[in-house]
Formats: sequence, structure tokens, C-alpha cells
Amino acid sequence: MSDTSLRLVWVYPDLLSTYGDQGNALVVERRAQQRHIPVTRIDVRSDQPIPTSGDIYLIGGGEDRPQRLAAERLRRDGGLNRAVGNGAIVFSVCAGYQILGTEFINDLGRPEPGLGILDVRSVRNEGSRHVGDIMGDIDERLGLPPLTGFENHQGNTVVGPGARPFARLRFGSGNGTGDGTEGAWCDTVFGTYAHGPVMARNPLIADMLLKLALDVHALPPVDEQWYEALRAERIAAATQASA
Amino acid sequence: MAGNSEPLSPRAKLAVTAGKAAAAVSRAAGRGSGSVIGGRVALKLDPELLGRLAHHLDVVLVSATNGKTTTTRLIAEALGAAGPVVSNALGANMPAGITSALAGGSDARYGVIEVDEKYLAGVARDVTPKAIALLNLSRDQLDRAAETRMLAEKWREGLAGTHAIVIANADDPLVAWAASSCPTVVWVAAGQEWKDDAWSCPSCGGVLQRPGDDWFCGECGFRRPQPTWALSGDYVIAPDGVAWPIQLQLPGRANKANAATSAAVAAVFGVAPKIALERMYAVQAVAGRYDVVSYLGRDLRLLLAKNPAGWLETFSLIDGPPAPVLLSVNARGADGTDTSWLWDVDYTRLAGHPIYVIGDRKLDLAVRLEVAGLQFQVCADVDEAVRSAPPGKIEVIANYTAFQDLRRVVGN
Repeated sequence: MSDTSLRLVWVYPDLLSTYGDQGNALVVERRAQQRHIPVTRIDVRSDQPIPTSGDIYLIGGGEDRPQRLAAERLRRDGGLNRAVGNGAIVFSVCAGYQILGTEFINDLGRPEPGLGILDVRSVRNEGSRHVGDIMGDIDERLGLPPLTGFENHQGNTVVGPGARPFARLRFGSGNGTGDGTEGAWCDTVFGTYAHGPVMARNPLIADMLLKLALDVHALPPVDEQWYEALRAERIAAATQASA
Repeated sequence: MAGNSEPLSPRAKLAVTAGKAAAAVSRAAGRGSGSVIGGRVALKLDPELLGRLAHHLDVVLVSATNGKTTTTRLIAEALGAAGPVVSNALGANMPAGITSALAGGSDARYGVIEVDEKYLAGVARDVTPKAIALLNLSRDQLDRAAETRMLAEKWREGLAGTHAIVIANADDPLVAWAASSCPTVVWVAAGQEWKDDAWSCPSCGGVLQRPGDDWFCGECGFRRPQPTWALSGDYVIAPDGVAWPIQLQLPGRANKANAATSAAVAAVFGVAPKIALERMYAVQAVAGRYDVVSYLGRDLRLLLAKNPAGWLETFSLIDGPPAPVLLSVNARGADGTDTSWLWDVDYTRLAGHPIYVIGDRKLDLAVRLEVAGLQFQVCADVDEAVRSAPPGKIEVIANYTAFQDLRRVVGN
């Protein structure tokens, strides 16, 4: 392990890795490696302390009970909050996204405090589950191409004044609040409902995290052939499905 | 008719006849074997038909995420030593398909029935089985299926207090937890390569410790039950300590585990391991799986892998490099429409193999393989992929509907 390598922390794969979430870590690692950026990946199980010196933290999706267990253990540990206080980058998906917020409804039907890292609050959608391909436009401040992903969740998430929606959807439910918003972000903390995994379908999100971590404005190009082909296919599929 | 002491009621007979007629119509229309539609018609006419049809049978139910069709076949073969067997051998494993299969077996003494994991508790109530075999539980089709632990919970609640002898895999914590509510359990150390659905204790949520083959919860003390049967390499160790060689035509560790469980089930029905295992050798292919088919001058071995646990077991049985590998993935309704699971599969295990990629979702697979740092070729269809591969044997791995597509094309 080199002291200068970028530290990529994958939070609680034993609880929050139900929807191919490892994919986001693999894409970040791969795209760093292609730029000769040394990366140390640290997988932290829920009985281990969260290191506070990471550069990028990934936290994924999971089932309802593991989500509650993860929230309890993360609150008790406090490491992720300290890391964010140090300016760390956090990218969260689905159950992980809800955990970063102020509150969500747990598997017992009760409000569960989140980590308060992101100003969002989630409730359980009383209707049917949000399942399917989604597509939309990412907040223009982030300078990213359209978002494509696959959502599979029962949550409705309200974005508070301390955060901004990550994207505005053209297709799909996203935050489920009926206003077309999807996910949320503030400074270096991001949340989304998009699986896929989201970095496999939106590799420039992985690049954005790398640029933030390295404090650079650009990265050398890599071969985007298969990512581009997949993106085009999935965007077309989402468009057709809702036409 | 052995053991058929209570003849079917006129209504049940009518239901069976109507079901057979519907199946015949469906077959004539070229819409598959007709077993599901036939069963559906029959069950509508007589909702208790399943229980009535099973009444004269000694029944074993087989359920799992992976391996249930093969294990059903192995057990059916073994129990054939004791008497005539009826079985839903083609994998139609929901109540309608099961009803249809049983309706065709009025002379049988034993019923060997594969059951979809979601329907196990209900079918177990309807047919009062003598034995229930539980192999494994892992993530599968998460866009439409229940969560994996919820399934285990449904099993646990549905099977609590069952009079059946439950034969369960002690190496799968979810299965062990589900079965531990049953009064009589025969534990089999059948192994489970895939571990990523059981890192937290199914009972209390604590982090499971997994040293070597053992597992236990450090918080509540729930731990691996002591097995009486065990798979050990190429042998199954019976409760009396005798090691019986497992010789199968079916490849792979997972099928040895299926055979070990099948031997334990056979013993419940009075069939000795030696005889049971000898009979299992006869099984060559199961619903087209593991079949070797000649196509365009190559030998294609057809392997079905539907979920991460299945892919992991499949990688461990294919020939090493430079054997070419053809991968096909779809994401239609029966497959689950979410392809995220591809990222739970460790494709770096295919390093060194020439890889050809087809199927509806070949682009998802292409990105997955690109990120794994592998060389691969994306092809338009089976023919292009097969022609691109060097002559000889090709290992073909496909998920559910992709596998059916392949069988149609290569004429298996």
C-alpha cells in the first residue's frame, strides 16, 4: 500500500451489496488504473471501524433489515460522519442514499435516524414498488451527460433545502415525489436510486469522483466503446418503454 | 395400483380429464408441453386436486435457488429402485405444473416433486410430504422475487411443525435457519461456494464468522448444525461413517452436493446409498442442461447459470483455458429484468479463455468484461460466435431464457 494512493472505501458489503453494488467500486478502480492512478480499495465489514482517512466512500443498496442494521452500526461508529467532516467524497445508492439522510422508515415500519450527511428524508411509498429503467438529466452544475440506470425501491425521498436533486428524470420514478427529481447531492456527497450499477452505465460519474479526489479538472481519455454502446441501448430502451 | 386405496372423486377425475384435454390442445397448438395450462385448468375445477393426487404417494419435495431440477431428477432415479416414481422432471415447479405432473402418475408409489422456493410452504401443506430437501438460498431475480432472507423466513414459518423429515444443507446459514424450526432434520454438509447472501446472522442480524467450513454468529450463538451426512471431495460420508464414491456423468462440485443430498433423501425412503448412487450415474443431462450438442462442427456443452451463485459453481466445472467460452445473457421476465447481478459474478475467473458474448443483454456483459480487464468478442448471434471459436469443444453458459433460445437454435 502506498501512502500516495487514492483510498477507495466500500462501506459494509456484508449488508449493503444486494444489487451488484460492487460494480461501482470496480468501475472506479478500473478507470483509475487505466489512468495509472494507484488505488487502494478498502472493503469495510459492519463489524469493523470505518476508516476516516479515505478519499472516496461508496455505500450501496440492500434489503430492509440490513439497511436498519447498517444505519445503527454507522451511527454508533461515527467514522463516516467524521470522514465527511474531513472533506471526503461519498457516493451512495438506494438504501445507502436513504441512510445518509436525516431519517427513513425501517423494516419495522418505524422512523430510523440516518447519518444526517445529506439533507434528504425518506418515507415508504404506499403504492407499488418503483422498478425499471430510468433516464434523465443530471444537475448541469456537475457537467455530466444524461443519467441512465435501473431503479428498484419502495422509498420516496424529499430533498431538503440543504441539498439539490442529482437529476431530473425524463423516465422513471427517482425520488418518487412526483416532481421528477432523482437523487440528491451537496458538495462532495451524492445519492441516487439508480442501480445498474450506476457507474457501469454512467462511467463519467466515476471520473467525476476521481477528479474531485485528485483535485484535477481533466483526466486522460479511456476507451468508451462498450460504455457508449450500452448507454445508447439503455437510453433507447427507457425511451421506448415509456412511449 | 400400488397404494391407491382411495379412488379419486368424480370431480377430481373430471378435473384430471379436463386438465389433460387442455394440455393436449396446448401441445397441438405448439405452445410447449402443455403441463402448466393443463394443471391450471384442473386446479380451477378442483382446488384440492393437488392434495388428492398426492394422497396415495410417498412424496419428497425439493426446493432451492439452484440445483432443484437436477436434484429432483437424481432422487427420482434413486427412488426408482424402490418402486414406480412420478416427478415433474421438466422443471414445471409451481402448483399448476406439479398438479399436471402428478395427474400423469396414477400408478406411481413415490412422488418426487421440485417446488419453486416461493411456493414451498403452500405445497408442503397441500401434499403432506414424507420428506423435504432444502439445498440452498441465494439472490435471484431481485426485481420481482422476495428478498432472500424473507424467503428463508417464509420457509421457516411455513415448515415449522411439519411432520416431514427435512433434509437440509448445514453449510448454508439461510437454509439452516429456515430448517431449524422443523422437528426432524437430517443435516447434510453439502457445501455452498457462494457466501455473499449470508454474512449477517439470519436470526439476530449479527455479523457471521466463517472460519474454514464452519460458521457461527458471535452475538446470538446461532451456529452450523452438526451434519450426519457430508460431501467430502468425490465421496459422500453416510451417518455410519462409510464413504461412498459419487460417480456421475453430470459435471461439477454442485452436482456432487446434489447427489450427496439425494443419497440422504433416498435413505429416508429405505434405498441404500450404494444402490441410490449407482442409479444416479444414469443421469446424463437434465432438461438439456449439461448436454453436449454438435453444431457447426463444434461440440457445445450447454450450461445453465441463472444467478451469481450458479455462475460461480459453473465456472468451477468448465474446462480450463484455452477452452473457448460462449456467454449469453437475457433480461426478460423469467430472467429478472435487472442485470445488476452481473457485477456480483467474478468474471476474472474466465481469464485466459477466448470469450464470445451474445444475448439480449450482450452490451451489459461487454461492459462487465471490459471492467474485469478481459479480452472478448461481442457477436450478433450463436452462429457467428460458434464460427469465430476454434474447432473443438465450446463451453456455453447462459441464463434462463438465453438457454432456451440456445437450445432452439442448436436443435437440442
